[in-house]
Amino acid sequence: MNSALIDIQHLNKTYIVGEQPLQVLKDINLQIKQGDYLAIMGPSGSGKSTLLNMIGLLDRADNGEYLLKQQATLTINEEQRAALRRAHIGFIFQNFHLIPRLSAAENAELPLMLAGMARKQRRAKVQQVFRRLGIAERADHLPKQLSGGQMQRVAIARAMVLEPQILLADEPTGNLDQKSGREVVELLEELNRQGITLIMVTHDQQLAKRAPRQLTMVDGEITEDTQQTQQSRQQQDAL
Amino acid sequence: MRFEDNWQYSWQALIRHKLRTVLLLIAVAIGVTSVLLLTSLGEGARLFIEKEFSQLGSEIMVVLPGKKETTGGGSVPVYGSTPRDLTIEDAIAMKKISTVKAIAPIIAGTSLLSYQGKSREVITLGSSKEIFAVRKLNLSKGKIFNSKASDLAKPVCVLGATIKQELFGNQAAVGQWLRFSGQRFRVIGVLQERGESMGLDMRQMAIIPIRSAESLFNSPALFRVLLELKHANTEQYTEDKLRALIKKRHEGEDDITILTQNSLMNAFNKILTLVTASIGAIAAISLVVAGFLIMNVSFVSVSRRKEEIGLLKALGATAKEIRLIFLTEALLLVSLGVLTGLILGYGLTALAAIIWPVFPVSIPWWATLASIVVALAIGLLFSWLPAAHAAKHDPVLALRGN
Ligand SMILES: Nc1ncnc2c1ncn2[C@@H]1O[C@H](COP(=O)(O)OP(=O)(O)OP(=O)(O)O)[C@@H](O)[C@H]1O
Ligand SMILES: [Mg+2]
Repeated sequence: MNSALIDIQHLNKTYIVGEQPLQVLKDINLQIKQGDYLAIMGPSGSGKSTLLNMIGLLDRADNGEYLLKQQATLTINEEQRAALRRAHIGFIFQNFHLIPRLSAAENAELPLMLAGMARKQRRAKVQQVFRRLGIAERADHLPKQLSGGQMQRVAIARAMVLEPQILLADEPTGNLDQKSGREVVELLEELNRQGITLIMVTHDQQLAKRAPRQLTMVDGEITEDTQQTQQSRQQQDAL
Repeated sequence: MRFEDNWQYSWQALIRHKLRTVLLLIAVAIGVTSVLLLTSLGEGARLFIEKEFSQLGSEIMVVLPGKKETTGGGSVPVYGSTPRDLTIEDAIAMKKISTVKAIAPIIAGTSLLSYQGKSREVITLGSSKEIFAVRKLNLSKGKIFNSKASDLAKPVCVLGATIKQELFGNQAAVGQWLRFSGQRFRVIGVLQERGESMGLDMRQMAIIPIRSAESLFNSPALFRVLLELKHANTEQYTEDKLRALIKKRHEGEDDITILTQNSLMNAFNKILTLVTASIGAIAAISLVVAGFLIMNVSFVSVSRRKEEIGLLKALGATAKEIRLIFLTEALLLVSLGVLTGLILGYGLTALAAIIWPVFPVSIPWWATLASIVVALAIGLLFSWLPAAHAAKHDPVLALRGN
């Protein structure tokens, strides 16, 4: 387990809602290896997005331990976390989060621009990723001129251009019809087969079943982890 | 992030949100313009007062009979209480002071002018030929009399433009005889139509040789003496000489009052200081108002874009990069706004100068400087604050838009 890409232990997160503290994550323990494909399920409000945000370093836990590639992430400052995000993590959101004034290509270029790559190389890189995702001819369109499926592909391209090791997707198909939803998931799975670690939150049982490993969350706790049950079964079998 | 990408990104944010950009620009411009316009009004009032009192000219001195104590009062000594008259002989003696180029002694009184049944009560000045040069009075018709102060009385007169019009209409006046309180005088010249000179409306006056006035009013007492100096900056020396001279002639008392441009200015300094202070207050208030406007506009425009900030952070932007992006954008926006404001402000005052040439509106340089500095400082600060705030925290907060 030491070689785990993501190693989370006894992680807690409490939000203050009004006067009341609301514990959203309760003593989370989770190890994820390089190249894993994970689906997280659970009822609304159970803390799935919160957990994904924690993994993606978009949010910070109150206490516990989160090692990303053996590196502690809770004790370092925001600037260092930003550097880790840039180096290792791609994020895909349910509502795409494209900047409306920027064209598809400009949106997808953003991480490269922030990383300081020259414009020509950026264009070439994005064009290459767009071709792979089948939206090459949409490069100059604004988000409002794109369909939901196309917008999510642009978002995937944006998450992909820096070739991260971890791809986090929070209900990537939530705003898409069934067909384009399945296409997007197939795309993500294709990336996973090429070695990327894929963690996806979804409400869709069918989609979740495609993942080799499934987590279920209820009230801020992981109530079911198919890998854990497998492991304990294997351990039981071994006995 | 590269330098050119930073500018490109900020520039795009401005030109692709045209309506928002134009509104913000107008807000900044209005702030700057209002500062410029308000201070230009105040400065205009100050210049107007200054102009009125600098008309005397720095090489002109005025000697009044009687000593007026100006301690504490600061009011302008126009008439002195007269214990001993200043006479034509006193004035002639003044001519001998080495720094004096010319003297124009003046006797003033009112007389009834009548011509062919029409008559007017007119202020009549008796003086020497020098008054025309010293007061820069030009004639539209005829010529001036060339009587010196010491010459004998001559029954000639020069009329103000209005008097001429009232008595003679469009007829020629030069060469005609009229009566000054019964005495016959010949018109030899008419003054050019021209406004006030030292607070006197020259259009309403008649000028006659000083000896004629002496006999007309039956008194040698001078109303005042105008002195023209050969060189500027000799006022103090001349004043000392004048006082010594009068002391000798008036049994040991220098009972005269001497006005110079400086002394007039000093008398009005209190008013000028007050006016200047009010301009400062106007500028400060309008700067504060403009500042608040720009502050709100900047703050709101950045706060509205928390989501964008969260996204950039999620994509790996550091807080430093975010601050830089939004500072660049604010710098571009506020600079454009300031530029627009300056153009508007200077354009409108230039227009005002054309429409009201009498009132000298003028934007003081420090108001321009202050409005630029304040607009930039507040615009940058209140873009930087919300951007820095949003950038400092975990991106999830900004992504949620709070
Ligand atoms: N910033 C916050 N402040 C207060 N409460 C929060 C905050 N973020 C999340 N919560 C609360 O934490 C709980 C878990 O939220 P989370 O978004 O993780 O749920 P979820 O499992 O993703 O739900 P859904 O399926 O609806 O997306 C919810 O009750 C939510 O209201
Ligand atoms: Mg969620």
